[in-house]
Amino acid sequence: MQRWRGSIAAARPTPLPPLRPANMATRIACVDWLLVLTASAIAAIGAAMLYSAGGGSATPWAGRHGVRYAVGLVIMLVLGFGGLRRWYSLAYLGYGACFLLLVFVEVAGSGAGATRWIDLGVMRLQPSELMKIALVMALARLLHESGPDGADRLHVLGPALLLIAAPAMLVLKQPDLGTAVLLCAGGVAILFLAGVAWWKFGIAVALAAGSAPIIWSFLHDYQRARVLTFMEPERDPLGAGYHIIQSMIALGSGGIFGKGWLQGTQSHLSFLPEKHTDFVFTMLGEELGLAGGLFVLALFALLIARIYRIAFLSESRFGRLLALGVGTTLFLYVAINVSMVMGLAPVVGVPLPFISYGGTAMLTLQIGLGLALAVAVDRSDPMEKSRC
Amino acid sequence: MSTPQEDRRRFGRRAFLLAAGKGVLFAGLSARMYQLQVIHGDKYETLAEDNRINVKYFVPRRGVIFDRFGRPLAENKRSYRVLITPEAARDLNAALDRLHAIVPISLEERERILWQAKRNAKFIPIATHDQLDWDAIARVAAHTPELPGVDVVETSRRVYPEAESSAHVVGYVGPVAKEDLTGDPILGLPDLRIGKGGVERSHDLALRGRAAEAKVEVNAIGRVVRELERDPGAVGAVLTSTVDAELQRFAQNRMGEQTGAVVVLNIRDGDVLAMASSPTYDPNLFSHGITDEDWRALSTNPLAPMNNKAVSGQYAPGSTFKMVVALSALEHGIVSSKKAFFCSGVHKVGKGQFHCWRRGGHGWVAMHDAIAQSCDVYFYEIARKIGINRLAETARRFGLGAPTGIDLPTESSGLIPDKSWKKTRFKDQWQLGETLIAGIGQGFVLTTPMQLAVMTARMVNGGRAVTPRMVRGDADPPTPPDLGFPSSHLAAVARGMRGVMSDSLGTAREAQIPSRALRMGGKTGTSQVRRITREERHKGVRKNEDLPRKERDHSLFVGYAPLNAPRYAIAVVIEHGGSGSKNAALIGRDVLLEAQTRGSAEWHGGTGQNAIEAAIKRERG
Repeated sequence: MQRWRGSIAAARPTPLPPLRPANMATRIACVDWLLVLTASAIAAIGAAMLYSAGGGSATPWAGRHGVRYAVGLVIMLVLGFGGLRRWYSLAYLGYGACFLLLVFVEVAGSGAGATRWIDLGVMRLQPSELMKIALVMALARLLHESGPDGADRLHVLGPALLLIAAPAMLVLKQPDLGTAVLLCAGGVAILFLAGVAWWKFGIAVALAAGSAPIIWSFLHDYQRARVLTFMEPERDPLGAGYHIIQSMIALGSGGIFGKGWLQGTQSHLSFLPEKHTDFVFTMLGEELGLAGGLFVLALFALLIARIYRIAFLSESRFGRLLALGVGTTLFLYVAINVSMVMGLAPVVGVPLPFISYGGTAMLTLQIGLGLALAVAVDRSDPMEKSRC
Repeated sequence: MSTPQEDRRRFGRRAFLLAAGKGVLFAGLSARMYQLQVIHGDKYETLAEDNRINVKYFVPRRGVIFDRFGRPLAENKRSYRVLITPEAARDLNAALDRLHAIVPISLEERERILWQAKRNAKFIPIATHDQLDWDAIARVAAHTPELPGVDVVETSRRVYPEAESSAHVVGYVGPVAKEDLTGDPILGLPDLRIGKGGVERSHDLALRGRAAEAKVEVNAIGRVVRELERDPGAVGAVLTSTVDAELQRFAQNRMGEQTGAVVVLNIRDGDVLAMASSPTYDPNLFSHGITDEDWRALSTNPLAPMNNKAVSGQYAPGSTFKMVVALSALEHGIVSSKKAFFCSGVHKVGKGQFHCWRRGGHGWVAMHDAIAQSCDVYFYEIARKIGINRLAETARRFGLGAPTGIDLPTESSGLIPDKSWKKTRFKDQWQLGETLIAGIGQGFVLTTPMQLAVMTARMVNGGRAVTPRMVRGDADPPTPPDLGFPSSHLAAVARGMRGVMSDSLGTAREAQIPSRALRMGGKTGTSQVRRITREERHKGVRKNEDLPRKERDHSLFVGYAPLNAPRYAIAVVIEHGGSGSKNAALIGRDVLLEAQTRGSAEWHGGTGQNAIEAAIKRERG
């Protein structure tokens, strides 16, 4: 490890000076290849399911899904080898950029219905997806800079909450309940890991419970309908409850080993809505059964476990918070999506990582995994401005 | 200030807690998956199957009905329908224009088609033409390459070759009404026609056949994806009616403009050889939806052409009831056939006076002359001695007062009164005078023409409880049970009926068949529609012809032939037809003569294969 000049306590956070790269062979060895393999396996299952969703065809979804994953894999590795310090220094910038994009979508995309993307030609960029990782990075940096005890101080906790709340409010306005929940839950998880005192969470829970009616009044009618139908899908079996009921029918009819790949009746006969995006897990459950569903959940668990391992091995607070922030975001995606299709959560529009068709979400998670790889590669860097 | 080590330990603890939370959530999700897919798996599997499988039904070919000699009474005729599928036609308006050039489409029709196209899913075909003839269809078929989305499908129409004359026998078919629904899904098919009257209705289930069923897989908007399995169903059964179509037509025509009914039975097996009811209607009108105009004409006609008077009409039997009274008297030992009573033209009971139809009376009459000359006083005497309850019991054994059980809809039961009936009906005591009136078939007594024919058949077939039938089954019915009347009694009554037509004073002597071998016996009846008051009787009864039609007497006749070895029984009721001897008896004579010369009661053992093949050929057109 290289030493750095002086031990002047800086009054305000300053960027970390670049660290000389370690030997490339060591760096490659530090990459968690099992993590890469697991993610790729999940993406392969995704491609297979999208092949089935396309009626036994690589078009329109499976082929592009594969290509996107491959491109994303390159980005992931580039990020992994790009140096944790570089990403540290770009954290606020990235957050700022994402925030501006979100505002842009809010202003420019004021057309009919919910506009959440910017058309880039090759793909539709959803800033709210990217924000999930940008928020994790910004929080990790803020809480790294504040030091081990900083998280509890008001001048840190205040800005941290602001970092979470500002984009959350914007996406809620879009309106995208799923992303808002994901942003908040992910942010709070990082605060928890950073060491914010227990009692403050107690207060937060109490406040949340108290403000539920107020939030309810802010929700759009269709969001309320979703929550209500979630609680009682039979309320409106042909309207809002239709998706939940049909999803449960399709999944439940899969049984233990499923109807076989490409053999799902409900999904292929279009009883199942959005079978290639939000409800792809239902189709998986119908065609591959309980066995297939549990296998995919196990792969996700393995992926998250590898990210935990990276976090525990990291010498830096930034690395630990970043890795677990990514891991928690990934977990939240999976948990919300799977709960949603099984009728345990309202239908809020959260895709299943690496399996659902959709560019930005996959790119976001690959960026996240890339950052986790960077943490792994630079695990021994404590990321401190100086060392005595 | 915590050290980095402490910070790390705290991070480890909290990360572990977070991981534990995640683990619990994943376990919860797995449990939920297990619950949905394993515990409730069967339920969701059923729901999924219900989702995707629809059963489609196809109307089976309705069974053909033949008469007893293999002549068709009800057949099917192929007809064609043009369908257009908006999805396949792409530009519906242009497609309709092209079709219009070949077979015209009226503006209203076009509007209806466009409206339906807007309302339905694009893949649902819409009928543009129905009941097209062969030429039009050939033109459409020739142009199919230029008519995308246009299809020609075959449908079937019910045809009744005998038209009006067979209407009351075969009935007609019509679309399923709300009250016809039994939950059988085939009844929901728009093309299905079910029997609405006559044999078409009473044997509807057999004629209908079993619908072909195709289980098809459908997607969420109901489009058929593929066929999973098919049950070919079964075409409707071929039925052979007991009726002789030509005798039927003869009987129907013989009534002419008069209203009423004629029933001819085979006295041995109850085969209904003819059952005419007048006025009648053309059942073909209903086969493809009757027009409002036609329906109004039929349903508002005061003469009720839709009403089968042979089984639904109830009339006082008048003197045709007298044989029942005579047999009851013989059975109960009230009189012997030799015992004579004196008829002065009036019979007094207490203060009441009961008149004979013959003002001067018949003098001394025994049973034979009482029947042949239809002496009312004789029957007042014996009816009083029998008593109403015993008389009613005898009448019921002849099939009166209850439905005969014939395989026809809307059969009336008629009425044979007795003491307990009057008590329930009027909360009143039975009067002796009412017994006397019943003794000449008036008063409360009501019978249908079918019941009168059955009654007559039972008197001349050796006293067997034959029941009438419209359709011949494969096997002959068992010999009907014996009603227990001694053959000497039956013979005495039959001789009386011969006297009606052969004696010099017989009431229907003008109606006897000249040919010796074909001679018949019978009994006339005149049933009063209105009461003749005492003062009217004083002033002189007005002649029937002078009364308005509605008040004129019904004219009745029952008979059998030939005399020596009876085969046929007949009942004729002509509404407001005046005296039975003048009107109904002549019709009965003509129909019985026709039946005998034709040999209507012959049976050649069912409908031959040739007749069935010919019907199929005619169906194809």
